[in-house]
Amino acid sequence: MENNHFDTEIIKTKNINFYYGAFKALTDITMNFEKRKVTALIGPSGCGKSTLLRLLNRMNDLIDGARVEGEVLFEGMNIYDPEVDPVEVRRRIGMVFQKPNPFPKSIFNNITYGPRLTGTANKSDLEALAEQSLKQAVLWDEVKDILGRSAMTLSGGQQQRLCIARALAMKPDILLMDEPTSALDPISTAKIEELIDELKKTYTIIIVTHNMQQAARISDKTGFFYIGKLIEYNATEKIFTNPDIKQTEDYITGRFG
Amino acid sequence: MTRQTMSGAMKRRYFKQHLFFGAVLLSAIILTLALGGILFYILVNGIQVISWEFLTSPPTDSMTKGGIMPAILGTLYLTLGAITVALPLGVVAAIYLTEYAKQGRTVRAIRVGVNCLAGVPSVVFGLFGLGFFVVFLKFGSSILSGALTLGILILPTIIGASEEALKGVPQTFREASLALGVSKWLTIWKIVLPNALPGILTGSILGIGRAAGETAPIMFTAAAFFTPRLPQSVFDEVMALPYHVYVLATAGTHIEQTRPIQYGTVLVLVALVLGIDLIAIIIRSYMRRKKRW
Repeated sequence: MENNHFDTEIIKTKNINFYYGAFKALTDITMNFEKRKVTALIGPSGCGKSTLLRLLNRMNDLIDGARVEGEVLFEGMNIYDPEVDPVEVRRRIGMVFQKPNPFPKSIFNNITYGPRLTGTANKSDLEALAEQSLKQAVLWDEVKDILGRSAMTLSGGQQQRLCIARALAMKPDILLMDEPTSALDPISTAKIEELIDELKKTYTIIIVTHNMQQAARISDKTGFFYIGKLIEYNATEKIFTNPDIKQTEDYITGRFG
Repeated sequence: MTRQTMSGAMKRRYFKQHLFFGAVLLSAIILTLALGGILFYILVNGIQVISWEFLTSPPTDSMTKGGIMPAILGTLYLTLGAITVALPLGVVAAIYLTEYAKQGRTVRAIRVGVNCLAGVPSVVFGLFGLGFFVVFLKFGSSILSGALTLGILILPTIIGASEEALKGVPQTFREASLALGVSKWLTIWKIVLPNALPGILTGSILGIGRAAGETAPIMFTAAAFFTPRLPQSVFDEVMALPYHVYVLATAGTHIEQTRPIQYGTVLVLVALVLGIDLIAIIIRSYMRRKKRW
């Protein structure tokens, strides 16, 4: 049975409770994420969806007073096991943030920053990797002649695609995206959405979004969160046409949230 | 509404406002005049003795003639030594406080300690240096003892400036690096420190300015009344600008005779300190222009 699951599941949470100090942000979350699919996490502000996302690559470790109960199994290994190095986890599970956050370095150095510090030293390897990653992020044509220019000179949408390319350069298995288009204009947003559609052929993508149309457009499965609980987790089409639970329907039809 | 049509209460308020603005302006003018006055006075009195020879030759005739070259050199050695000691120590301490330590009681206690250290009178540092470096560690009165003492003196400045600079680096940079699977230490080394460098440097250079001007910390630990030769090693005593002024103005029998030299020395010291501050300002504005986030 376990082996069977392996083909489709890549990461899953088991009875996760999460606390910020005394505040319980997530209650008993058990959720499987499928390989090479896009899973969207939706829900009103403060529902815990971003917390869950950041828990999947241990970015919540950085917060003072944060505490996790339960397990996150990544290819069968609990990433919260004391033996596990969170740095290693983050190499395999990349992340793209809400606001584009390129380093104040050149475009080339942004892309190669991760690989360089984690072992790739050869210049031609790095160049090939940069080209490949930028092509994957559909940014290559726009920046191939200005790789030495500061990443800060790019537009917001280009910066976000650069951040995606930077994450891809680490060759992760999973890409976590925390509202990656909420700071972008509609055209840039459309480009990122097309990109996500392309990337899911290679990567598993888990995306938090405030925008329900976006979830409906790009995801295969959707989880709806409310006050720290996973209310409903289903195929996206089902969630948006015929949800099992009343609360989900109320939310997606705009009755609250 | 014109002045004539104003009610009595309004006139009073109007008057009060002008009184207040006037007071603020006056204090600003007084401050500027005081500063300008001091600088002008030093410049007028000091400029007469300034010459290439004054800057490059040692004192002669019981220090009533000749130049102040050994004192300039000594002050440079001492401040350079102080910054060499204090910069790495201060930056590492600041990294610990902002990046590693769990914010809580211990960190608060350390910060209070650092701030207290900044408020300690400089003569206390001098006595500490005498007791610890000169006597206990047997460094003697030397460049080494003086530089270490000055280093401790400017440590709080450097820690404070470095902490502010580190805190100023956006959290998103740290997150971006950590999310790529780069370790915390490498993140600090490759991302946080380079971006905090302008602030750290500015603070440190201001610290250097302070170290160059202090007399009390070096009078028991490093400074000599007169040295017949230039220092050969860090275990030698040196002359230093602030101490030279102090000596000429208070000790000896030629106080009036050496007055021009005193002013000349003060002018050189002020120029040195202001020059160092100017470098800090230039570095900061240059790096600010380059920085974009």
